[in-house]
Amino acid sequence: MKPFTFKSVSIIGVILAAVVFLLPTFFNCWPHKKINLGLDLRGGMHLVLEVQNIKAVEAEMERTIQEIKKQLRKEGVKHLGISRLNDNSILAKFSDGDDKSGFETVLSKNFEHLVTQKPHMDNNIVSYKLTLPEEEMENLKKMATEQALETIRNRIDEFGVSEPDIRIQGGNRILLQLPGIKDPERAKDLIGKTAQLTFQIVDEDADVNSAINGTPPVGDEILYQTKYNAGSSVPIKTPFLIKKRILLDGSLLTDARVEFDQFQQPQIGIEFNRKGARIFDRITGENIQKRLAIVLDKTVYSAPVIQDRIAGGKARITGNFTLDEAKDLAIALRAGSLPAPVRIIEERTVGPTLGADSIRTGLMSMIVGGFLVILFMVIYYKNAGLIADLALVINIILIGGGLAAFQANLTLPGIAGIILTIGMAVDANVIIYERIREELRSGKTALASVNAGFERAALTILDANVTTLIAALVLYQFGTGAIRGFAVTLCLGIMASLFTSLIVSRGIFNFVLKNKPSRKLSI
Amino acid sequence: MQLIKSDINIDFIGKQKIGFILSVLFILLSIGSLIVHKGPNYGIDFVGGTIIQIKFSEQVPVGKIRSGLSDIGFNNASVQNFGADHDNEFLIRTSNLAMTDKGLSQSIKDAVMASTGIAPEIRRVEMVGPQVGKDLREKALLAIFYSLLFITIYISGRFELKWILSGVTAGSLMTAVYFLSIFNVSMAVLITAALAVTLALFWTLRLKYAMGAIVALLHDVLITIGIFSILDLDFSLPIIAALLTIIGYSLNDTIIVFDRLRENIKGSEKTDSLPLLFNKSINGTLSRTILTSLTTLIVLFALYFLGGEIIHNFAFAMIIGVIIGTYSSIFVASPIVLLAHKR
Repeated sequence: MKPFTFKSVSIIGVILAAVVFLLPTFFNCWPHKKINLGLDLRGGMHLVLEVQNIKAVEAEMERTIQEIKKQLRKEGVKHLGISRLNDNSILAKFSDGDDKSGFETVLSKNFEHLVTQKPHMDNNIVSYKLTLPEEEMENLKKMATEQALETIRNRIDEFGVSEPDIRIQGGNRILLQLPGIKDPERAKDLIGKTAQLTFQIVDEDADVNSAINGTPPVGDEILYQTKYNAGSSVPIKTPFLIKKRILLDGSLLTDARVEFDQFQQPQIGIEFNRKGARIFDRITGENIQKRLAIVLDKTVYSAPVIQDRIAGGKARITGNFTLDEAKDLAIALRAGSLPAPVRIIEERTVGPTLGADSIRTGLMSMIVGGFLVILFMVIYYKNAGLIADLALVINIILIGGGLAAFQANLTLPGIAGIILTIGMAVDANVIIYERIREELRSGKTALASVNAGFERAALTILDANVTTLIAALVLYQFGTGAIRGFAVTLCLGIMASLFTSLIVSRGIFNFVLKNKPSRKLSI
Repeated sequence: MQLIKSDINIDFIGKQKIGFILSVLFILLSIGSLIVHKGPNYGIDFVGGTIIQIKFSEQVPVGKIRSGLSDIGFNNASVQNFGADHDNEFLIRTSNLAMTDKGLSQSIKDAVMASTGIAPEIRRVEMVGPQVGKDLREKALLAIFYSLLFITIYISGRFELKWILSGVTAGSLMTAVYFLSIFNVSMAVLITAALAVTLALFWTLRLKYAMGAIVALLHDVLITIGIFSILDLDFSLPIIAALLTIIGYSLNDTIIVFDRLRENIKGSEKTDSLPLLFNKSINGTLSRTILTSLTTLIVLFALYFLGGEIIHNFAFAMIIGVIIGTYSSIFVASPIVLLAHKR
């Protein structure tokens, strides 16, 4: 007999490959790819964010309105109100005559991309309804999500998380996997901060209190400053009447870092690029003795009186920051603002101690379950049971090797999948052995019984495993995170068990029987 | 060693009435419990909400945790012991999602610390928004539906060589479900209707084996869900994973029986001897059916008792599923195929 048939060499090859892939998990050696542990085992945070990207469209429409007004001023055209409607279209009103034709000229010259509906005429007032083309609107939304993803990625990188996984998950959702994160609340804060920094003038001509009770003057909004007195956790909110027009925003920042004032209180020093510095220089020059509000995410941080023109493009954001808050705010400002607010719609955080516990209990039940099955097989099938047990051990090695080779995540349900496979993998051997026993009873020789048993059982085994494989594949498609880990180990387990039962066990049987063809089967 | 004697001959088909009554009883109980409880006891995965698992370094009365939570307005929060008593571990469940300034888990930690005097360790936080919960519910239903459908295509293809017929049937069903789901039809209603149509189609198209398989699978899934509802256990994502695995696994037994059935039926097409052949096939595979269920149950019990609290319900669902699946492959799937044969 030939000791090295093609079949036996390839069986050994596959097993060796699995061992090689599995080794780095336990020792530091080539190929250095360990089995990845899922967040539920190593601890970490899984977040799904929803980008409220309709806000990006709203912002774009507001910008367009400002732009239209600017052009109209330039051309000397008077309007009777331009405003954004709830469906994100723009309503612009003009008196019939010169203003109407002036607007139409501006529109065709500068705002071709807007879709204009047939103007509506009422009492010599012409109203236009302008909308963004559907395609452009969708594009804006998509860009907002993509930009949010980039910004969040930058923030996470600066925050310092090893191996974060951040990706868009269909439409306007972003999936974040942050393994081993130490301070989940702080990370959530940082991720969720819109960090929309704007500089706006405080309107001191009108009274804030009457604006709160009534409606604020046209072009103004009420924003609040929140302060805490020392030792108290009750916030004090001070209202400000702020002009809506944004003079400068955070997009022109080049740097933001934590500094300390003379009382060692943290503050954030920001620096603008050349364009930003020029604008800052101009607005401070134009608004001397007025108050310039520094607004972050619709909250006023400070509103100092401008004493003099400020050149050089440097400013400070003060507030009662803790050091961590100041650090995170600086990161958020450096990484850029989110184009639209985000909302956390799913969170799964597992602390490191729970992860360690799960690994321990998971491994424990695997070892106990596996041991019991191995014992059972030996008692029930004697020597043949040993072959099945060997196949089982090889099976587990193959699953481990597969996990490492494909760099799939091993999760707690994934461990459950391996445990389940241990119970199910012997199934194939049971089917074969029961067949072999039947064949033996019908009076065939050992070798003939083994061959017949394997051949007649092969198709049955294939059928039985394909159905579980189908279910596992559907589960993979459906599941996220931990559940997907279960589908992965189940799939790997099924394929490994097909290989071990139909090819490896048979190889061992043939090897044993070929050496001693007359030998009686111990089954 | 042998558990089941090789010359065993139990008249399963003769006892199918008992099996039938038992199955109907269980199904009625399941449906009854589902109606009384207004559907499965959905966990936060499917309805939204927050779960926080906390652990104390020493014993703490549950009442104190509750009072701490109601101090911050979480009156609807449920607090349960999690795991063994000496673990001092608790699971807080609330429908609140709203983040206070400090964040939900931080506020809960502070509140519980104020009322008990011991700082808890926050071991796990799971928050699912209502929209995500709804999405997951629909996806789960679809996953169950698709796996049932794909498996039945495979069965009728393999056992009756009617790949095209079953493929076209399933394809049109999938298309119908897909298009109807766009029109905001409730997914549960849709899937139920689709399954009813599937059953009717398989019956009229005489896809006997697929028919037997799908009835047995529905039987298994429904009773597993029913038992969860009767025991008032949380129905969460891992349970869906368990159900899908049961769908795949419970069919193993059925297929083994079917395989033997086909082998035995070949050559003798007389209907009189059919019950005999069915009995012969079931008895012939009985040893294997019992053995594999046994080894699977061994590992599942290991998982149930040693695998920790988080995987507990999953292991329980699998245990029920494996037992019912084994039973149904003998007492549900085969009698239905026999019934379809006689037609």
